[in-house]
Amino acid sequence: MLLVDLVRTRAGLTGTHVGCDTTSCGACMVLFDGRPVKSCTLFAVQADGHAVTTVEGLKQGGDLHPVQAAFKEHHGLQCGFCTSGMMLVGSALLAENDDPGEDDVRWAISGNICRCTGYVNIVKAIQAAGAELRGADGPDRSEGTTGEVTA
Amino acid sequence: MYPSAFDYRAPRSVDEALDVLAEGGDEARVLAGGQSLIPMMKLRLASPGLLVDINHLGGLDHLARNNGHLAVGALARHADVAASAEVAAANPTMAAAARWIADPLVRNRGTLCGSVAHCDPEGDWNSVMLAVGGEVVARSRTGERTIPAVDFVVDFFTNALAPGEMVTEVRIPVATGRTGGDYLKLERKIGDYATVAVATHLVLDDAGRVAEAGLALTGVSGRNLKVTEAEQLMVGQQPGEELFAQAAEIASRACDPTDDVRGPRSSRGCYSSTWSAPGPG
Repeated sequence: MLLVDLVRTRAGLTGTHVGCDTTSCGACMVLFDGRPVKSCTLFAVQADGHAVTTVEGLKQGGDLHPVQAAFKEHHGLQCGFCTSGMMLVGSALLAENDDPGEDDVRWAISGNICRCTGYVNIVKAIQAAGAELRGADGPDRSEGTTGEVTA
Repeated sequence: MYPSAFDYRAPRSVDEALDVLAEGGDEARVLAGGQSLIPMMKLRLASPGLLVDINHLGGLDHLARNNGHLAVGALARHADVAASAEVAAANPTMAAAARWIADPLVRNRGTLCGSVAHCDPEGDWNSVMLAVGGEVVARSRTGERTIPAVDFVVDFFTNALAPGEMVTEVRIPVATGRTGGDYLKLERKIGDYATVAVATHLVLDDAGRVAEAGLALTGVSGRNLKVTEAEQLMVGQQPGEELFAQAAEIASRACDPTDDVRGPRSSRGCYSSTWSAPGPG
């Protein structure tokens, strides 16, 4: 069983998508111990003992993560199929660098393909989320909730 | 898409891994990053009966200088190599190549050693290895041996490992003196395999002549192609545009690419000619 199947069918978390199934598109992206990976290219058993974060883990209590709010505000999605991956990789980038330049963002998302937007508003949204995180007085919101996976 | 059924073992020590590999024989394959093997299994281009997952093995993720070479452990991920100050200081060709391997997501899992062992002619690392004179350390239950890259990269997806052997480390010579190098990769889109790529390596002596030259190509043949004739042309000469143009011409003639989705054969030969003409570092 591939990790993406465990996430979607056993855990019922369908925010993670199967796009190409050939390790190209990144729609299946999850965070594996905080690092973006393509969940269609890992076996579920390999997650044993590791922390896997899906897009459902971005929300903090009832509140949208700044990345989610920014995608909404800046029209960072059209069909939404790549969006889970884009928001997760954006959150991972911002956890390391909350003031990324355009090139930094484009490099970080270069493993995620979008067929709709032309990437312009995706970049804007991630940068805007960074600005929000830099300005936020509250607790650090750049980490999503994570769950331990024991196979 | 789903792989054929397979057995799975996750040994906790290198010795255990070697035992399992030896017992598994032809059916056993090592799983490190899996970013080449798992896609092949999903397409059923590879159907190993036994996967030996080495991700739990300690002491294999090193990236460290040792005796004049840079030792890259079997679990060092491409992302670690790309981010490493040790790599940047040790070898310009390697440093240039690291960030162009696939895309950031694949780089977070895939390993340099795995890529080297996989021997995909579209893979980038073996061109680097051939250009700079890297070595592969292979271990089995009965011992350990060091295999120069030029002997390790045998053919299309074929390496020189014997049954029961596992790559534990790759060694890259640390640059000394006047060393330059680069890795130029032409790709249709970011993250793609190379349409064509060139690894170059040059060491100049005190008089400014070429003491060592390495030139290897990705995606132009059934395996990563070390252009020995071009290398030998350059040794002993003063570097210059005309010399490099001659080397490029030889490299271009040495190519034997196939038509595939990344372009017809003629265009690949042309690209490698243009690109094989770097300046020294």
